[in-house]
Order: sequence, then structure tokens, then C-alpha cells
Amino acid sequence: MSDKYLGQPLVRKEDPRLLRGDGRYLDDLGHDALAAAFVRSPVAHARILDIDVSDALDVDGLVAVYTHEDLPDRIAEPLPLLIPHPDLTHPRTPHCLANGEVNHVGEAVVMVVATDRYLAEDAAERIVVTYEQLPPVVGIGAARAAERLVHEDVPGNVAARSVQVNGKGDAHQAIAAAPHRLTLDLEIERSASMPMEGKGVLARWDADDKTLRVHSSTQTSTSVRLAVAAKLGLPPDRVEVVTPDVGGGFGVKIVHPWPEEILVPWAAMTLGRDVKWAEDRREHFISSAHERGQQQRIEVGFDGSGRLHGLSVEIWHDNGAYTPYGIIVPIVSSTQLLGPYKVGAYRVEFTSLYTNTVMVTPYRGAGRPQGVFAMERTMDAIAEYLGLDRLAVREANLIQPEEMPYDQGLVFQDGRPLIYDSGDYPKMLRMIRELVGWDGFEAEREAAAAEGRRIGIGVAAYVEGTGMGPYEGAHVKVETTGEVVVSAGLTTQGQGHYTTLAQIAADQLGVAVADVTVVTGDTRRFKYAVGTFASRAIVTSGNAVAVAAGKVAEKAKRVAAAALGGGVEPGELELVDGLVRHRDDHTVSIDLRTVAVLSNPLRYAFDEAAKAATQFASVSSSGEEPGLEATGYYMPERSTFAAGAHGVVVETDPETADIRILRYCVVHDCGVVVNPRIVEGQVHGGVAQGVGGALYERIVYDEAGQLVNASYMDFLIPFATEVPQITTAHMVTASGLNPLGLKGAGEAGVIPTSAAIASAIEDAERLTIRRMPISPSELYELRKGRVHA
Amino acid sequence: MSEQRHQVTVTVNGVTRRAEVPARRLLADFLRMDLRLTGTHLGCEHGVCGACTVLLDGVPVRSCLIFAVSVDGHAVTTVEGCCEPAGELGPVQQAFHECHGLQCGFCTPGFITTITAYLEENPKPTEEEAREAIGGNLCRCTGYQNIVAAVLRAAELKREREATP
Repeated sequence: MSDKYLGQPLVRKEDPRLLRGDGRYLDDLGHDALAAAFVRSPVAHARILDIDVSDALDVDGLVAVYTHEDLPDRIAEPLPLLIPHPDLTHPRTPHCLANGEVNHVGEAVVMVVATDRYLAEDAAERIVVTYEQLPPVVGIGAARAAERLVHEDVPGNVAARSVQVNGKGDAHQAIAAAPHRLTLDLEIERSASMPMEGKGVLARWDADDKTLRVHSSTQTSTSVRLAVAAKLGLPPDRVEVVTPDVGGGFGVKIVHPWPEEILVPWAAMTLGRDVKWAEDRREHFISSAHERGQQQRIEVGFDGSGRLHGLSVEIWHDNGAYTPYGIIVPIVSSTQLLGPYKVGAYRVEFTSLYTNTVMVTPYRGAGRPQGVFAMERTMDAIAEYLGLDRLAVREANLIQPEEMPYDQGLVFQDGRPLIYDSGDYPKMLRMIRELVGWDGFEAEREAAAAEGRRIGIGVAAYVEGTGMGPYEGAHVKVETTGEVVVSAGLTTQGQGHYTTLAQIAADQLGVAVADVTVVTGDTRRFKYAVGTFASRAIVTSGNAVAVAAGKVAEKAKRVAAAALGGGVEPGELELVDGLVRHRDDHTVSIDLRTVAVLSNPLRYAFDEAAKAATQFASVSSSGEEPGLEATGYYMPERSTFAAGAHGVVVETDPETADIRILRYCVVHDCGVVVNPRIVEGQVHGGVAQGVGGALYERIVYDEAGQLVNASYMDFLIPFATEVPQITTAHMVTASGLNPLGLKGAGEAGVIPTSAAIASAIEDAERLTIRRMPISPSELYELRKGRVHA
Repeated sequence: MSEQRHQVTVTVNGVTRRAEVPARRLLADFLRMDLRLTGTHLGCEHGVCGACTVLLDGVPVRSCLIFAVSVDGHAVTTVEGCCEPAGELGPVQQAFHECHGLQCGFCTPGFITTITAYLEENPKPTEEEAREAIGGNLCRCTGYQNIVAAVLRAAELKREREATP
């Protein structure tokens, strides 16, 4: 193996197709399929009294209308609880179509199938559903007050209550005994993944073959396959799930099976016709998942140097109407909150609450932005209280490099201990100090003030668990043409896996990246996989590809040694430039493609290359199984921990309270980097979403549970004019947990952004920020002292 | 209750195309469903995101806000038409490739068409002008920094290619 490609900023192999308009996203497939549309609840909480479809029956092109009553047993049951947990005492999951009750605006009630989407929507519009409205529970305050219930049989609206302590003493006692104490009440509002492509499903039932092929815009094809097979009562071997090009995921597409992922295949089987559903933007807003919404109370005890003695955190987490994805988000918030710090005795308690709103499941960062907000707001509050430098307070609490691996004493989201594998946090803070210009900032502030301008600086650090298990796998094959085909089980949504996985395979096999083709998310090609989420893909799948390609390389050496004869041992061979050659005598060599030919002993020659592998050819048999191919898996022992720090300078307008980012700096450590161009792109995209979450994006429900900003006109995703130029600096602290030394990078950019921006605005304005996002009007109100203590 | 259909003739990427469509057929759906040019994507269907941007007689428009019947007799350029005549990547497409200006690629066609038209108007933009030029298109993946770089690189490539025909 070589490291010719590892670490190289190659341009992406997937680009030319996508740039020409030749991408194949879900709605680009199934041109002749029937179209599905859904009647969704317009109210937040109600009993369904009647569904009258008679008016819809006249619509030309109508094929079928389904309500809950039409669904067979297994499909009529609630959807599965994907991630059970002992603390999730009251899990509730939705039905594919509402069963007599709706619990949020957007819940699917009726499915319509017609010859095209226009006609399906015509029919859906004519269906009359009569509701008996029930009082809705909207917002964490109402859920906590529990004067009304979302689910009648869930007391207090409490889905889960969970406590963790870190085994370093009683947090309350430590806080009480500390020289200084502070209490902070914080709040983060709801946001959402909002990929540019919504969800979508296309299903084809082959009645002759009794097989089902489902295309879904998902982050996990393998698990959708098993879920669909279970729900439809089909043997898994009769179901294949293919992920086409996916127009972004950011978490929302890891949830499965969505109602549509069951209903569309079921309709295709029932009708004997291809059926397709492509989610529109409003559907995505009101019926796909959201995230972020939390209230937090923090009590902290510390000494005069700002060093923490004890930390107690209470989190109230809005999980929406259902909990199919369990309590992953608040678990991540409560564990990743600790960041790069030693906090003394730690106790965290979270309460996960039902509301009559869309369910909450991971969105890029998955609870970390909220946790980091809590920790970093606390650091700033301590600095303010003691009159110390904000970076100095952070530095006083850092885990030192020589303390690695560092056990935080908690259980992480993967059920394994929260042990940081490696990292150099003091260096990280030194780098951000320099990059953002921390030390020279007072002069900058004075210069700006002299011009009547108000600027502030902020910083925030985080540690991110990445590369969690249980595993990923890949199949690597060398074709007789010399082409290498890598089939990875996980899916891809823009992270560049066709390039990065090819780089890893090419190095193992000594071939050009151009000769490697990567396929992802197609269960016809690879059936055992988990999915792409939680910054895990390159760690788990990258190492799996290395394992599989490494096995292929070993096999190639054995086959080549037998073919070369003359006493050459496999151990003396190396794979370089498409050849298997003797490492000392380069004249002893054989083409890798010829080795591929020889790896499949033939009776019948069908072309020139194949002649070499027939029984009358002179080459001796290696006794190997046919095919120059291998399957490999990587199963991490536990997560790897990436880290980073962001520094930001903002300017606030003294009159209008407009908030402008003047510079944004990122120090980022994701271990060994496979492709720096791609990692940098991931950081940029994450920061942009972080800026959105800090200053612009919020999901707004009114008291009745109506989502009042369910469009891109009103939910303000930043345009290019709102996202700053980002300056990045990289550190490499390799992970010792996996052979390639990788850590994940996908979520990093979004994690500390709200915390850093809050810190900078606070610094510019000399007031206290306890809630994000913040708009100019909110800042204006804060200035008047009318909002928040 | 079957819908009345109308004959529409449009020059798409230099080729005359005809189809019979209902009056309410959106231009985006006409391109995707009737002409099977699926490079034009729908991200919001309410004119904000810009993914569906095509050029109507050379001017960027949101194809989700226009009926196919209303472009009868006009010329439309889609992302498929932004390639070089021989099929290589056009300058804007090539610049996106070199600058890593795309990740999932879903919004990309709208950026390609928008920038293609913009560079006709302003062949040598500054960085600030480049950022402003893409200020009407949403991307959820890239954070725009590399798209801004791609606009500047595309301008260079376009000049180079025009200088050496």
C-alpha cells in the first residue's frame, strides 16, 4: 500500500455528472410512475370524526385513495421505535396514516394515488376531513406545565427522564462548597435540517419475480430495506433499496421508515404499478423532523481562577409529538456539553417532553450545539463574574494532552464510555487566539469606537464524538479491465465519498484514483451497513474500504506469486502503478488486471484477456476462490473524538441593532485528513448552518400549533450575502482507535457557532445573552432591558 | 373532467421542442416531465431557492413560477445547455469542479445558469460582485465560499476560452 492519495486535495469524481445536469435524484426517476399525494392534518391536536372522499372520486386520473382503515395489520400498527432506551419510559411513534387522532399539523391522514402529481393534489384537495379539535400543547413551557396532555396516557407529557453523573463526587455539594457560584437559564429555539431536496420514495413491484425495488432519498438504505420487508411481510431477500443521488440530508433523512417509505411500496404492490412520492417544501416543513429546541438551567461552582469544581445541568428537551428516534438528541446534549473541559463533579438531568409539533430527531450537530451553548455561555459568565479574560477561564479548565485518553465518566450515545481518544486542546486554543486576533482586539475595538462603530469578539470550543459503531462494510473488486469497484454499504448526500473512498482504495491497491468507481447506498451491491450520520462515514466506511482493499491486495499477491513462479513469495511483492511487482526486482511484475483475469479460472474464453485464464494456458493455479475481490468490515471499539474552536468578530449597528459578522475563524482537528478540500467544504457548510441557527433560522409555531413560517420566504436560510468568509486552520491529532487515524468532520462547523456568536455580540454590546437565535429586533429589545435578566 | 391541452413550441438548448400540455403545467415540470430534462431541480416551488433557475431568452428566471404555455415561441437554456458544444464542461461547470463549489449538487443547476448569464453581463467581477451575483440562490451544503471562488474562476476560464477559440 502507498499513501499517494491519502491527504491529497483531489477534485471530486462525482462532480462532472452533477454539473452537467445528469444527476439522478429521486424525482428524476420513475417518469411513468403513478404519483402519490397526502392529505395532512391542518390542526395540531384533534380527533378525526369523519373522512369524506366522495368528491375526490370524480377527479380524472384518480387511481386510489387510502385511509388508516384500508391498511392491513402490520402497516396499520404504529411505526417502530428505532432506538429504545431504558429511560424512555413513554415512547410513542406515529402511524403511517393517522388512526383516529392527529398530534401535529402535517400528520398524514389520507394517501391519494393518481396518474400525475397535479391530479393527485386535485383529488387530495377535495377530500373533507372533519376534526374535533383538542387543546394543543405548544412550546416547552406548556409541556412542562402539563395543564394539557399531548398523549392522554403520558403523564406530565414526559417521554423520558434521565440522570447521569460523572463519578467525581456529588455535584450539588461541590457547587455549594466552591468559592463562587452562578446560575444560568438558557434557551435555544427550534430549527431544521432543510436539505434542498425533500424526501421521496419510488417503488416498483415485480409481480413475476415477487420482488420489490424501492428508491428512497434516505441516509440509510440497508435499514430501510429491513424495515420495509418487516412491515410488508416480505422476506428481506425480496426487497432491495437503492439510494439515488440525494440532495442533502443533514440528519432528517436518517429517520426511517417514514410513513411514505412504507405506504408507497405497499401501494405499488397493491396496485401492481410503479408509485412515486416526492415531498414538496411545505410538506417538508410540516411533516419532516425538526431539532434544537431546549431550555437549560445551569448551576456552576468555581474558584477565583475560574476553575470549575462542580456543574449541575437540567435540560428540558422538546421532542415533538413522537419519539421514533428515541432520546439520542438530549443524550448527546448532556454528554457533549462537557467539551474539552474538566468540570469537577458533574450531574446532568434531562426531561424529554411531548408537544403537538413535528417530531424532533437529529439535525447536523444533533444536540451538540445546545450542549456547547450551555458550557460556553457558562465559561463567559464565569469570566464576566470574576473579571477575567474569557480565553483564560477556558484555558484553566482544559484537559491536557498528557491526560489522554481521558474518561469523562459518562455513557455516550453509542452506549459506550465517553472516553476521549486524543486531542491537544491547549494548542487548539492557542491557535484560535492567534487566528482571530484575540490579543490585539482591544486596540481594534478602540479604533472602531473612535469611528462610532461597535464591535465584539467571541470564541467557543467543542469536542465531538464521531465515527461511532456498530460497524460499516465494503466490497472491493478488481475487474479484468483493471477497473476497481468499491461498493460501500452506507449512503452519500454530498460528502464526496465517491472520491474519498476511492482515494483510500487506490492507495491500498496501487492504482490510479481514476480507475476506482465507488457505489454507495445500494443494497443490491452491499447489504450490511448502518448509515451516514453522526460524522461517522469516513471513519467507519473509510476503514472498512481499507480492510477490504487490503484483503484484495493480499490475494493479488498470492495469485501473482503463483503466476510469476520462480520461487517468488507473495510477501516479496508490492502493488504499484497498476502492477503487482517484486519489491526489489521491478522487472518481475504482472499487470493487476491480468491477476484479476487469473483470479477467475475459466473453461471458456470469450475475449483475449480470458484466454490467459483457461485450463490450457500455461499459468499455474493459485488455488484461491474465484474473483479478485473481498469484503471487509470495520467495527470501532468506541467513538473517536474530534475537536475545534471558533473565533468570531461581529459588528452591531448602534441604531438599527443589525448584526454583521466581520470575520469568522475555525481551528479544526479531525485527525488524519483524507481530502482537505472536502473537509474544508464540510466546515464551510457547517458554519453557514451555524450562522443560520445563530442569527436567522427558527421554526415558529403559534399558540394553536400552526407552523407560521413554513416556507423559504419566512424561514430564513442564509444566502451568500449573510455568510461570512471563513478562515480555517487545521490540526492533526490522529486517532489511535482506527488503522487510518481518522476522526469525523461532517458536523463540526455547526457545533459552536451559536455559542461563539452569542459571546461576540455580548462582548460588543456589554449585555447578557441567554437565548439564541437572536434577531436585530431582539437585540434592540435587549438593549432596552425589557427582555431577559 | 379532463384538462384542455395546449401546443407549446420552445427552443430548448438550441433545439426546437414541441409538446401538448395543460395550461397549468409549470415550466419546470414541462422541462422535467415532458422533455425529460431533469437537470432543472425544484427546491421550494415558491420562487425563493433558485434551484429551478433557467435562462429565458438569456435572462435568469424561476421556472417554478412560470407556466410552460407562457414561454411558447421563446428560447430556454437549462443546465444541460451550459456544456460546451462538444459536451465538455462549460466554463462555469468547470470552475465549480475546480473550486469544490458543489456538495450534494441539488441547487447547483440554478447556480450554473444564473452565473452563466451574469458573466455575459459582467465578464470580470470582483469578489464582492461575485457574492452579490449569487445572492438570490440558496445552497444548504457549501456555505457559498467556494461558489464565490467558482464565479471568479469561471470568469477567467471564459476569457481564456474566448481568447483561444
